[in-house]
Amino acid sequence: MATSFEAVEVGAELPRITKEPTTQQLVKYAGASGDFYQIHYDKDFAQRTGLPGVIIHGLLKAGWLGELVTAWAGPDAFVRKIAASYRGIDVPGQPYVLTGRVTGKRTEDGRGLVDLEVWGENRDGQQTTVGSATVELPLRR
Amino acid sequence: MPVPEEVLAAARAAIGVRGQAVSHRIELGAIRRFVESIGDTSPLYTDAEYARTTRFGGIIAPPTFLCTLRSGGAALPVQFGRVTLNGGNEYEWFRPVRPGDVITAQSQLADVRAVDGRSGSMLILTSEIRYTNQDDELVAIGRSTGIRRE
Repeated sequence: MATSFEAVEVGAELPRITKEPTTQQLVKYAGASGDFYQIHYDKDFAQRTGLPGVIIHGLLKAGWLGELVTAWAGPDAFVRKIAASYRGIDVPGQPYVLTGRVTGKRTEDGRGLVDLEVWGENRDGQQTTVGSATVELPLRR
Repeated sequence: MPVPEEVLAAARAAIGVRGQAVSHRIELGAIRRFVESIGDTSPLYTDAEYARTTRFGGIIAPPTFLCTLRSGGAALPVQFGRVTLNGGNEYEWFRPVRPGDVITAQSQLADVRAVDGRSGSMLILTSEIRYTNQDDELVAIGRSTGIRRE
């Protein structure tokens, strides 16, 4: 799906994506990202630091926000900014939902920019990741 | 226990000190492993023929891929807390990252704060990483907040 700048409506919601993270995914992400902090794959280590168990990498949740935004905006969109704040820890074995909405649109130096509010929710509906994003979308000529 | 003054002072003294710049050649395989680990199935990151039809004219790295590039941040000369949690990440991109690019990452500590909260004291460290390409163009700036917690 491709979205054009002109077609974007302020207030529109982004199609949500649901992730089903597993400990295996955390290990894959650790390997792919190079983040080998043990709180993400070693339960005993995580519990010794006071955590309930292994937790999802914050940057994996940011990566999902990137996926959310680009899946909505399409392959011709250039992501200019993503900001994510982690308000709570998240654990594998539970679904995690990413979604967002359009908060504004503007043109700057002939480029169409769309501002978004984005967030991630745990299965209890708590927004444990909150943030914003800006994408540059192609303008009709 | 509140964050000791000497710990805070030592951390503050490290603000603005740049870590060693580290250069990385961007590999297609690394991009593929990264998007697989996220579960992002967009062909823009893996299918050259498809990617050619987009505005980018070829495969690019997904937004947060830059986090895979080690930035050689200097180790902070302080010890505090049992665990370091990631409080947040922010990226601003100026140019796409493509396979074959040589991206140089350099980090510096931007801010240090101590917070005494209900769940104990925390040392909050904000770092900034600048990413430049082989043509010395600024590709992105990343900011991250690390929380060292008791």
